[in-house]
Amino acid sequence: MARMKFLCDAERCIECNGCVTACKNEHELPWGVNRRRVVTINDGVPGEKSISVSCMHCSDAPCMAVCPTDCFYKTDEGVVLHNKDACIGCGYCFFACPFGAPQFPNGPAAFGARGKMDKCTFCSGGPEENGTKEEFEKYGRNRISEGKLPACAEMCSTKALLAGDAPVISDIFRDRALRRGKAGDAAWGWTTAYGKPEQAQERTQERTREQKQEGGK
Amino acid sequence: MLIRKSKAHSLAKPEASVILAANLAANFGANSASTVPQGDFLRGAANNILATTMDRRTFLKRSGLVAGGGAMASQLPYNMIGSAEAADVAKEKTGVEIKRTICTHCSVGCAVDAVVENGVWVRQEPVFDSPINLGAHCAKGASVREHGHGEHRLKYPMKLVDGKYKKISWDQALTEISDKLLAIRKESGPDATYWVGSSKHSNEQAYMFRKFVSFFGTNNMDHQARVCHSTTVAGVANTWGYGAMTNSYNDMQFSKAALYIGSNAAEAHPVSMLHMLHAKESGCKMAVVDPRFTRTAAKADYFSRIRSGTDIPFIWGMLYHIFKNGWEDKEYLKARVHGIEKVKEEVMKWTPDKVQDVTGIPEAEVLRIADMLANNKPSTVVWCMGQTQHTVGNANVRAMCILQLVLGNVGVSGGGTNIFRGHDNVQGATDVGPNPDSLPGYYGLATGSWKHWCAVWGVDYEWVKKQFASQVMMEKSGITVSRWIDGVLEANENIDQDSNLRSVVYWGMAPNSQTRGLEMVEAMKKLDLLVVIDPYPSATAAMSAMMRKDGVYLLPACTQFETVGSATASNRSLQWREKVIEPLFESKPDHTIMYAFAKKFGFEKEFCQNIKVEKDKQGWDEPNVEDILREINKGCWTIGYTGQSPERLKLHMQNMHTFDVKTLRANGGPCDGDYFGLPWPCYGTPEMKHPGTPNLYDTSKHVMDGGGNFRANFGVEKDGVSLLAEDGSASKGADLQMGYPEFDHVLLKKLGWWDDLTDDEKKLAEGKNWKTDRSGGIQRVVMKVHGCHPFGNAKARAVVWNFPDPVPVHREPMYSPRPDLVEKYPQGADKKVFWRLPTLFKSLQDKVKDISKEFPIVMTSGRLVEYEGGGEETRSNPWLAELQQEMFAEINPKDANNASVRNGEFMWVETPSKGRMKLRAQVTERVAPGTVFLPFHFSGWWQGKDMLEYYPEGAAPIVRGESVNQGTTYGYDSVTMMQETKTTLCRVTKA
Repeated sequence: MARMKFLCDAERCIECNGCVTACKNEHELPWGVNRRRVVTINDGVPGEKSISVSCMHCSDAPCMAVCPTDCFYKTDEGVVLHNKDACIGCGYCFFACPFGAPQFPNGPAAFGARGKMDKCTFCSGGPEENGTKEEFEKYGRNRISEGKLPACAEMCSTKALLAGDAPVISDIFRDRALRRGKAGDAAWGWTTAYGKPEQAQERTQERTREQKQEGGK
Repeated sequence: MLIRKSKAHSLAKPEASVILAANLAANFGANSASTVPQGDFLRGAANNILATTMDRRTFLKRSGLVAGGGAMASQLPYNMIGSAEAADVAKEKTGVEIKRTICTHCSVGCAVDAVVENGVWVRQEPVFDSPINLGAHCAKGASVREHGHGEHRLKYPMKLVDGKYKKISWDQALTEISDKLLAIRKESGPDATYWVGSSKHSNEQAYMFRKFVSFFGTNNMDHQARVCHSTTVAGVANTWGYGAMTNSYNDMQFSKAALYIGSNAAEAHPVSMLHMLHAKESGCKMAVVDPRFTRTAAKADYFSRIRSGTDIPFIWGMLYHIFKNGWEDKEYLKARVHGIEKVKEEVMKWTPDKVQDVTGIPEAEVLRIADMLANNKPSTVVWCMGQTQHTVGNANVRAMCILQLVLGNVGVSGGGTNIFRGHDNVQGATDVGPNPDSLPGYYGLATGSWKHWCAVWGVDYEWVKKQFASQVMMEKSGITVSRWIDGVLEANENIDQDSNLRSVVYWGMAPNSQTRGLEMVEAMKKLDLLVVIDPYPSATAAMSAMMRKDGVYLLPACTQFETVGSATASNRSLQWREKVIEPLFESKPDHTIMYAFAKKFGFEKEFCQNIKVEKDKQGWDEPNVEDILREINKGCWTIGYTGQSPERLKLHMQNMHTFDVKTLRANGGPCDGDYFGLPWPCYGTPEMKHPGTPNLYDTSKHVMDGGGNFRANFGVEKDGVSLLAEDGSASKGADLQMGYPEFDHVLLKKLGWWDDLTDDEKKLAEGKNWKTDRSGGIQRVVMKVHGCHPFGNAKARAVVWNFPDPVPVHREPMYSPRPDLVEKYPQGADKKVFWRLPTLFKSLQDKVKDISKEFPIVMTSGRLVEYEGGGEETRSNPWLAELQQEMFAEINPKDANNASVRNGEFMWVETPSKGRMKLRAQVTERVAPGTVFLPFHFSGWWQGKDMLEYYPEGAAPIVRGESVNQGTTYGYDSVTMMQETKTTLCRVTKA
């Protein structure tokens, strides 16, 4: 079973906001709601880097852990979705999320209620039947059920934002990092996530071995 | 962390982005403290976002189908509601069509698949098959479906009555406007009218516009290219033949080094970076030279900060090192370049100390970039308006050409001069459209050129001549769009035509993209008639309504998504757009509007002699677009716009997947051997099946494989020295392996090739040359039978002796921050008559030599990724407008502190022309101390005041702000009348 992930390559992201706009377009998001954002550090000075961020569909999602109505669920592909009918707008998920993904476009209502939470669905819709009008109205387009990937990544101007099965996009990213000749140290998070540059090749070989073994099963 | 777009303090609606950004900053842990707004602010933002959200489009209430009408559906007139409801009823997948079109926001040419359900554009899908963009889009490309909503469009014809825009009928508008124009023509002659065409017209519309205005009787027409790349077109064409990007975005994947100078591709041509970043992963080195540390610079290996307007000293500085180290390609220079010794003399004057003094770039950095280009070949260069929009623009671009010639990089895959153009069809409109100095295909305005085109149009030359005031005026270049205001304001005795301009038609161009805005509104006030034909009312509507009470008309044109036609991308590839939706509201395609006016002017028959005219759904007469392209095919022999028949172009659009992403060549399939979009020159008739030319002047290929060589366009000798290429430097497989002149009937006969023509071809080719033989026979025989190039085989010219500065020399900008250098490197002499107008150079420069005491900061301008051009179209698109909500200026912390201006506060930017712009301060080290940067996409504020009341109701763009060109100063290129926008002076004060 696929394990869906987003990965943004900081060496390629040029902060063009194509992803943000693709999302707006595909889901008809109103002004003020941004399921995706491009974030830049060192803006305007050497070392400037941007990445595109939305819900990261965490493996162990804090939003799921804190939700008092248990409105979150995870699909077989590892996408974190939620049921707006069960959401009470308490905002716990918003405080728990390290990426600032949950938003409350309809708040506030009476007594400070925030209305239903809204966030990136990895273009997977919600609990309603796939591709229905009801699903679209609550969660936006369901591209996954059409066999497509999220619009943001599909339209990314430099293919910086990758979306798809984790091993596949990791391989794409790893391949780029190796070709860059900087063996990943220019890629944000490389050393943290994968160790020192010289270990990169080792890891690739290991990966290939793993895949072969998996294929053999 | 300061994120340019999230100036949450400015608009009332802070966004989630702030929070997202803050959390992220914390995660990054990187220097967030210095730039993230304080905690208090964040808390406030958080409260705000919870407290208020825009309710313009209530997401949860709408389906995708109704979205076609948008939140204002109740106000939508006409067919929109009907079709949206119909779609709702029809529900499921009935009536779903996919229409393939091209983004209209820049010259990269990204393909878009539009999903249309019962006439409503419901979804937008990426076209992974496109070899140009592989499905990729920037913010603008990802937003084009919004054109199907068009809430802020001009919806019906309007007329300024007592200072307010009132709705009128098309019939009334056409009658009143044409009556007025005919009266002006009668009273003051046709040259009293001015016609601004558009680089956003399709090729067919741009071509018809040239014909249309010619038949009205004047050359007073122009379009965006004048203020975009006119200096490139003139400078590059005069160096080696054609004024266009030599290679392609895709070809940059073969580059081993790339220099971007005066180009911020990451914002202006984002999808081009797809290819460059991929090349970088394969080892390509990349350098950026710019006054700003741009987002492109952030992706480069090397960045050097140049003082605005000193490109030539920097380029000569590099060449100094190249010559000194013997890195030049001596063989190439000998065989294919004329006059390099004279250039070398000038170059060697630019010793490293002088270069550093003038440009601000230290020797080590200049050497490093020279080394990078010379020792990682093939290397390419990229430039845009940072090079072109200067008083020395024509010389800047020639210096770049010379650099590439010295390195032997031209006519080489991975090399070349990759000149990124601006609008989606600015290349095409330049090639076949409304230029004041040329007929379609760069034929010029000489008698023979007119006769050639009259024959193509099927009209009598004498009749066309009678439309003009005289044969002299017919052959005299018109006024440029950069100077139309002077055509109105200049004293009559100083101008080189009878009457001053009395009317202006703005047909698809923004006024805020031209400099000297303060004088422009005075010119608008003085006109008898001002007509705006545009999908959006544009800043023209508001600026003129601010100045006058009547005499302004607005006519709704539709966008390119509501009609069909071809567009030429920067790499010279033509792509065919299908019609996505029917024109919205009462709008009409430009060619239909032209035909309606032609009827009023009484030349509709001549206008469409070879072109079918059909009825559209509302019963209007519409010239057949495919027929127009066929007519272009029959006339544009000079630049090979002859092989791209509508049938071939459509076949390419349907078989995109068969083209290679790097070479752009089809491998098998129905387009086998063709290059994508048949990049011009695609010589001969469509039947000759020339594949198009991916890289110009490439001798390693046969001419029938897209090969070529430099053009013999400047005679065969100069001062006793041959201009023809040396032996052995002809294109692969040519019968003549030497330099040779361009072909005509005489040369063909001398060589004994005449009888290779068929009898039918002979009839048309007799007495003609490769440019005027309408049978295409000369091109066929020369290329297909003998493998030669119809335009000859000559050397490129390092010395362009017909220009004011044959060898590019540095001249300080008109408004320079360095009076000492003005004395050393002054502008040239004033010109009494130049494109019909007196033009100031040295006298003005002398006058303002010391003005930097009052205005000490350099003011420069440029692009933002979210917006295009004057910006009315993109600022009316909520998806884009939300990302850039206010006009701002980038200012270095030092200058900001000196002016007591803090980040995010309002400040005034004041210029020597008495321009005053009130805008937000973006305090950043992106610009150096002493430089202020303003984006040029804004309009709708005037000296601190919102102009909302002057727009037609409901048609003002969502985001409005000060236009930088309100304050830009006088200054024009000495060849093309390009305006100076990149270097002027200003001062900043706290507002």
